[in-house]
Amino acid sequence: MKELRERKAIQALLLAIRRKTSALGPVRVMEVCGTHTMTIHRYGLKDLLEQAGVGMVSGPGCPVCITPAAMHEAAIGLVTGRPDLVLATFGDMTRVPTRKGSLQTIIPAPGSMVKIVYSPRESQEFAARYPEKEVVFFGAGFETTIPAIASAVKDAAKAGTPNYSVLCALWLIPPPLRAILESGEVKITGFLYPGHVSAVIGRAPYEFIPKEFGIPGAIAGFEPGDILLGILNILGQIEQGRPSVGLEYKRVVSPGGNPLALKLMDEVLEVKDAAWRGLGLIPQSGLRPRPRFSAWDAEVKFGLTIGSDAGELAGCRCGEVLRGLIAPPECGLFGKKCTPDAPQGPCMVSFEGACLVHLKYSQRREPGKSGPKKRQKRIRP
Amino acid sequence: MKRGRASASPENKQVSLEVGSGGLLMRRFIDDYILPAFDNPFLRGLPDASHLPGGVALTTDGYVVDPIFFPGGDIGTLAVNGTVNDLVVSGARPEYLSLGLILEEGLALDDLKKVLTSIRTAARKAGVRIVTGDTKVVRRGQADKLFITTAGIGRVIGKPDIRRVRPGDKIIVTGPLGDHSLAVMLARGEFGLAAKVKSDCAPLLFLLPLWSKGVLWMRDITRGGLATVLAELAERLPWSVLIDEDKVPISRPVRGAAELLGIDPLFLACEGRAVLVAPRKKAAAILAVIRRHGQGRQARVIGEVSSTAGRPGELLLATTAGGLRLLEPLTSEVLPRIC
Amino acid sequence: MCLGIPAKIVNVDQEKQGEVDYLGTRVKASFLFLDSPQVGDWVIIHAGFAISRLDEEEAQETLALLREITEAEGR
Repeated sequence: MKELRERKAIQALLLAIRRKTSALGPVRVMEVCGTHTMTIHRYGLKDLLEQAGVGMVSGPGCPVCITPAAMHEAAIGLVTGRPDLVLATFGDMTRVPTRKGSLQTIIPAPGSMVKIVYSPRESQEFAARYPEKEVVFFGAGFETTIPAIASAVKDAAKAGTPNYSVLCALWLIPPPLRAILESGEVKITGFLYPGHVSAVIGRAPYEFIPKEFGIPGAIAGFEPGDILLGILNILGQIEQGRPSVGLEYKRVVSPGGNPLALKLMDEVLEVKDAAWRGLGLIPQSGLRPRPRFSAWDAEVKFGLTIGSDAGELAGCRCGEVLRGLIAPPECGLFGKKCTPDAPQGPCMVSFEGACLVHLKYSQRREPGKSGPKKRQKRIRP
Repeated sequence: MKRGRASASPENKQVSLEVGSGGLLMRRFIDDYILPAFDNPFLRGLPDASHLPGGVALTTDGYVVDPIFFPGGDIGTLAVNGTVNDLVVSGARPEYLSLGLILEEGLALDDLKKVLTSIRTAARKAGVRIVTGDTKVVRRGQADKLFITTAGIGRVIGKPDIRRVRPGDKIIVTGPLGDHSLAVMLARGEFGLAAKVKSDCAPLLFLLPLWSKGVLWMRDITRGGLATVLAELAERLPWSVLIDEDKVPISRPVRGAAELLGIDPLFLACEGRAVLVAPRKKAAAILAVIRRHGQGRQARVIGEVSSTAGRPGELLLATTAGGLRLLEPLTSEVLPRIC
Repeated sequence: MCLGIPAKIVNVDQEKQGEVDYLGTRVKASFLFLDSPQVGDWVIIHAGFAISRLDEEEAQETLALLREITEAEGR
């Protein structure tokens, strides 16, 4: 599928897109998932799409960005406060700053450490190999990752592993979309739905968006070509005045999703209300292990009380930024109480978040000025 | 991006693991704690090796790679080649090494012998002699098997001069990126990873003639990878540096592993690759010299210094899909204890 | 976090565990969420689990669409 990233194909797709937006007018597409955001970032597509008449907005499907500070702080608390505790986590969770620092910068308690893993299974195997260590997997993710995390919980329960638990930051994609659309005016012309989440949940969970709100969308894969084809699909729906849930990623996504994965999720996890960074409490939007698995639920095991609003300031207007109603500088916290080192909402945590991008852009130096001089301070005696 | 807080927060008053990782956090740490203690002209610009009066260059390094044996090398080969390479890229012909060994009680003597043999072999290949050393042993658990520190002395034969760099000057990389990182990942046995890859750990002596052929600046690509090294270069220039993603050499298995694990190969450490700046008119000749040597067979021009691509100090990547991306140094290394 | 990558199954055991190959690198993977995984199947791997198969026919159709558009815009 190499062709989906070749320059010639990308140029052609951009031309085709520009052709349509010249007739329809500029559009604003929300890419829902963090992995789409990453692809757009990696290939430098945002500016190219802007020039072709498509403004991209990064949506709430980024677990790093919407996991509340309180959860990050709970994870930090575990590894700094308890000896011989191994906090296993995906790498990108470690860079999020909190009032206590980030997982990258904290000093673990004696015998404790932060271990970066690529699969929840690794954390489980680690627990089996080192029974003297208490292993907590900081499991953050959407429906693509949730089945893997559910599998880790189930396996630990089956083996009765006493030194393993999962700190769950499990999020569902459809509820925040509903929350965003129901909160009032929305300047979003179309949705790019996450390809791999959809491989698990199928097409049906998004149907309410065209049906109740009349907004088109398409499930797209992760090559640059997939994203552009997905956008073309959306533009086609607009042209025909027939919003639906389009499917670009046919080679991977079955409309019914993955029944085996869904079955396991249902077996191990139950739905709960959850607080999202920057979006507040969204009913039925998160998952937690069912009561019979509570011995492997780190929140229960360690008696953690994770306050939903701890560490987040009132005044965060990420919701309005996401809906396209305000620009970042219009939020009172922007650049003052909300900065890259002390972010309040997902728009400042996500490296493509509207607020972070705006701040970085305004900091890029003007042409003509020379590079920074390294000033060396003297330590005063 | 604006630099934020100091590296060790006032609350813990302790060194955190990440300040040793080669990324932004380490640079801030060095700026905040190390440099102010020793400020002198030799340290400014943080060269890999310092040029001292009398035409002598001096460098020092510590090696804590985990595990100590990996496909294509071990901590011993790293120690010799890493030190040799710091001298080469600073414009000096390596001549003598010192060797400090810190051994953990309980280290298998067979393992130690293997490492010492590797050091001897690597030193011979690099044309350097180990002329002084030290050995210490600490209790079990107080060092992880074996740590090595070195100092290297060489004779100055050239001088990097970043002030002579101009727009249009070419960026050349001497070979494919990331092999060392993948080799270490394989040796760690993580993620059930398997691939036919060996560390690229090797001496860069074949680059020494370039100092009389007009090369302007050289760095070996270690912790933080190509992107980190080039970001440091770009930062010191009043122009931007533009790299073409399609031209950056990366072997198939490294590309595969990086994608599977979600790691950007531009940030993967090597131990036998260099990136250099060649004046526009001399780039072809310099490339030819590099390619004549087996280790430099896959050397390529991957980009240039640009007065138009971006703002001063920026490192930009022209992506394979045709877009432009700003490359920023990571706050910390992708893989800990890689060298 | 890792993207879902298309990789080929190179071995699979009774418990639906095995390995996939991608560009010459092999990684351990679980095929718990697939119906009868076979060696040679192309799958999407995410966080060490195969979450879906890659349908060859649909892949070709997507490429055909891509080529059609590339040609159309080239004119």
